[in-house]
Amino acid sequence: MAGTRNNKKKESSAAGKAGADSNTGDVWVVIEHEGDLAARVSWELMGEARRLAADLGTQPAAVVLGDGENSGQLAEQAISYGAAIVYIAAHAALSPFTAEPQSRALAGLVGKYSPGIILLGATTRGRDLASAVATDLETGLTADCTSLEIDPGTKLLRQTRPAFGGNIMATIISPGHLPQMATVRPGVFPIAKADAGATGKVVTYRPRLAAVQPVRRLHYLPELEDEASLQGADVIVSGGRGMHQARNFSLLEDLARELGGVVGASRGAVDAGWVSARRQVGQTGQTVRPVLYVAVGISGAIQHLAGMQQADIVLAINNDPTAPIFNIADFGIVGDLFEVVPALITEIKKRKDGAGAGIVFDRVVAEQTRKEAAK
Amino acid sequence: MSVHSVVCVKQVPDTTQVRIDPETGSLIRQGIPSVINPFDLHAVEAALHLRDEQGGRVTALSMGPPQAEETLRKVLGFGVDRAVLLSDRAFAGADTLATTFALAAAIRKISEEDPVDLVICGKQSIDGDTGQVGPGLARRLGMSQVTYICGLEDLDSEAGLIRAWRQLESGRELLEAKLPAALTVTEVCNRIRYASLPDLIAAAGKPVEVWSAGDIGAERSRLGLKGSPTRVNKIFAPPARKRGEIFSAADSSPAAAAATVMDRLQDRGLKMGRSA
Repeated sequence: MAGTRNNKKKESSAAGKAGADSNTGDVWVVIEHEGDLAARVSWELMGEARRLAADLGTQPAAVVLGDGENSGQLAEQAISYGAAIVYIAAHAALSPFTAEPQSRALAGLVGKYSPGIILLGATTRGRDLASAVATDLETGLTADCTSLEIDPGTKLLRQTRPAFGGNIMATIISPGHLPQMATVRPGVFPIAKADAGATGKVVTYRPRLAAVQPVRRLHYLPELEDEASLQGADVIVSGGRGMHQARNFSLLEDLARELGGVVGASRGAVDAGWVSARRQVGQTGQTVRPVLYVAVGISGAIQHLAGMQQADIVLAINNDPTAPIFNIADFGIVGDLFEVVPALITEIKKRKDGAGAGIVFDRVVAEQTRKEAAK
Repeated sequence: MSVHSVVCVKQVPDTTQVRIDPETGSLIRQGIPSVINPFDLHAVEAALHLRDEQGGRVTALSMGPPQAEETLRKVLGFGVDRAVLLSDRAFAGADTLATTFALAAAIRKISEEDPVDLVICGKQSIDGDTGQVGPGLARRLGMSQVTYICGLEDLDSEAGLIRAWRQLESGRELLEAKLPAALTVTEVCNRIRYASLPDLIAAAGKPVEVWSAGDIGAERSRLGLKGSPTRVNKIFAPPARKRGEIFSAADSSPAAAAATVMDRLQDRGLKMGRSA
């Protein structure tokens, strides 16, 4: 019996002072946006917040931090993706994004409305804002989560994430600390269908912020299409030393274009000067988690695998049948990449229904079939 | 015109070799070589470059077990002026919140002797992969926060401003930050130098100062596991990748192999054509 009492005590402390204020213990998503354009991950998280809030018996809410210009429009979108409440913090200092005023505004909202959980995209901005706020609030923050669930007993948020370059998965909890904060990788959760008829409450908050901030943005250069980000890409086509020279990467660009993906590279190709270091996948470059990773002319050094082994599907093309990349590839083609890659491009073109037809991965199917393949 | 930078460096296990013991379900630590976190080398380079250009000093700071001294020895070899290691059982088991509490206390102490203009960290460590320490230090020290720097534009120490390009998912932005500032840098920010012979010789004579929790005057309840709100509840091995189906272009033809692979990709969720 004593055990039961203890559990109940934990439960009430984890869920916050539910009942004292109807908003206490809610599940918040911070909507990341550049002007009126929200990051896709924000809507992915909105669906997840809905699920977690239902498990907790609280409400899913969205937070829009900005100068007020696009806040109404973003709030409407947030409601259509499942937010029961939208908190709008509007102040000139909140746009464009800099960490200091954003974190002060978010911490102010937390102080006023006591959420149980805050979710942000594991993007450069999301990680920046989450770290600053968690430090100010002295609370727990788990980075780059790939799965979230409510413990049915303790009601704590169980946050699962890869660590040690993806060699290990860890489940993290923050007992006795509120809010429980997590950043979540883009593309992990499916995006829910927007419901234009959904209704929700909008709460406006005026943070007190200095007009002059310690950091200001002088320029913004949107990414050019040919150098689109590796982060969040569904498909990455990477080349290694087997590409032989810089100009051969145009072949990979063609394949990436057909697959709706972007081009990456191994360290070997970067060190040879064929590709910018910004394209480097691996331990000393970027860690990526696309649905499909195509490794072309990459032998598969362990440092490279550390950056891409969390892909749902790996396709390797290499003329050396003993290349270690084949040991972790779901599919492989042993052959001359200068014959195989053009053959793939031709095949994809043939399968598309004429001009303008799309190509897309069903992430849910990819995830499911990956689990089956691992069995 | 001179700048004092504190560079935070971390000794990490070579993560490519970290595994879980299938019997006990615990982390196998034995026999795993330690390396300096590769992103921190870019932080060291950024600090040295600014010092070489504008004068000043670079202090390297690390927290870890006594053997983390090797990491600081290595950065002394690159020409870092001073090296401080926070080492005490009280620091053990720290998550990022408790880590920044200890590092911030040490940076305040360093700043008492020689005011700190910049704190520079790598964008993240390869073991924890969180990227939370740099921003946490900015908040604790009340410094301007600029992370994921892909290029340093200029430092105007007279005006007390630094300008840097920051990498975002959607593009790049040029930020201007007031000093003091806490920065994190990415691998494209610079090219790491080789240690020169004179620097290596000079480094051999330099001490690595070791500070305890008492030395930085930190409350023990805010340090290590005690000061960490997060707990690791469970660790487990990710689903293992296995060798899948490998086709030979020579056995059939590149076109036939390509067609087979496309069939498999469609089975695995690739949707094409009008259905997409």
